[in-house]
Amino acid sequence: MDELKRTPLHDLHLALGAKMVPFAGYEMPVQYKLGVMKEHLHTRAAAGLFDVSHMGQVILHGDDPQAVALALETLVPVSVAGLAEGRQRYGLFTNDQGGIEDDLMIANRGDHLFLVVNAACKEADVARLRAGLEPAGVRVEYIEDRALLALQGPGAEAALSALNPAVAEMRFMDVATVELMGAEAWVSRSGYTGEDGYEISVREGDAVALAEALLAQEAVEPIGLGARDSLRLEAGLCLYGHDIDTTTTPAAANLLWAIQKVRRADGARAGGFPGADIILPEIATGAPSVRVGLKPEGRAPMREGIDLYDTDTGGEAVGRITSGGFGPTVGGPVAMGYVPAERSVPGTRLYGEVRGKRLPVEVVTLPHVKQSYKR
Amino acid sequence: MKFTEEHEWLRVEDDLVVVGITSHAAEQLGDVVFVELPDAGTTVSKDDEVVVIESVKAASDILAPVDGEIAEVNDALVDDPGKVNEDPEGDAWFFKLKIEDLSVLDELMDEAAYKKFVG
Repeated sequence: MDELKRTPLHDLHLALGAKMVPFAGYEMPVQYKLGVMKEHLHTRAAAGLFDVSHMGQVILHGDDPQAVALALETLVPVSVAGLAEGRQRYGLFTNDQGGIEDDLMIANRGDHLFLVVNAACKEADVARLRAGLEPAGVRVEYIEDRALLALQGPGAEAALSALNPAVAEMRFMDVATVELMGAEAWVSRSGYTGEDGYEISVREGDAVALAEALLAQEAVEPIGLGARDSLRLEAGLCLYGHDIDTTTTPAAANLLWAIQKVRRADGARAGGFPGADIILPEIATGAPSVRVGLKPEGRAPMREGIDLYDTDTGGEAVGRITSGGFGPTVGGPVAMGYVPAERSVPGTRLYGEVRGKRLPVEVVTLPHVKQSYKR
Repeated sequence: MKFTEEHEWLRVEDDLVVVGITSHAAEQLGDVVFVELPDAGTTVSKDDEVVVIESVKAASDILAPVDGEIAEVNDALVDDPGKVNEDPEGDAWFFKLKIEDLSVLDELMDEAAYKKFVG
């Protein structure tokens, strides 16, 4: 076993009473003193600060920004060339089988593209980018000296504006370079909770001062990975390796909104990414099995791996839960998973097998909790 | 009060053995969100899984600490599982056991031994 890596905020986590756990090769805070439930509710009510420095940050440079964008389009089914300067967009790395290798954020920062990828996939993603883009003259810079913080919740704007009022002008998925506590910060108005908020990249040496300045504000509490998971689950957002993976296509994952028209069949830049011959036809035909929201009707949480059935006894499993647990804002269990397309209509009743008992669960529209992005 | 290595406490009240989980266990579990209790009248053997308890993190079982019969369960926990975190060694007992010979409790840890066990 390799030794676990630490983020620049490690000592601060310990000082804040965090319970640290191994996650994607890092020692990360799963919760602080408030505990998962209160941290979740606090984020939806005020503001939560998350250390997401384990995630991968990558810059793509080239002489011609448009050529860099077009090169990246060979790896993602997303319109990168159509992404305006100062804007960010959700993307997917796909494979030849039409599956998803990772999901990521792509930001157009003028003379370069800035990517944020999942911690567990980052080495593979950098290798994929190097192999795919360097022959096209793109320079792939893997950033390992910057921390990434997320500030989420209805109080995030006021809290970050206290350090620099310019951030209040940003709208959902805007990106900008601003000065925070004397440091150059790459800020996006986005997140992984369904709330308004920001993700902030700063040099690792500047991270503690920024985190402390945010935590010094009344509205801001530190929030661990436990609440991050329940927040994103309520918001209907996918967790890579659980809700999406190398075997789920964008159509199956209900992520076709991430494939802009220009990259679809008959679009000006149709196809040209891995698995296009599978992914594009499936936009018309639909996938046989699709990701849906699931609401257990009782109180028992239905967690990842629970099989779904048509009836309360007998029969074969027809689907499976890929993420599930207790939703503190919902006040009850929430889940998502894959079901056959013909059973994906909201209101459909299925049964999840929990400890040998079939309990009713209803197919519902995601998100479980309304997203409140500042568009 | 007596304690098991499974982090349960046992207290004798009116010839019944009241069973709950320790503060240490409740803290380790995190916020409890679901409790499933056995039916009163069920006969249980030591180490049977009698209660299902789910926290925000995971599901776990509470085992019968000794042989006996479930005499009473604390239905209030089903509607308000959070009680387990608020008062684990008081109001948030799970069930009461009728057992034949209370002397079996003598083999369990006392508070000092449990504290040492937890470290």
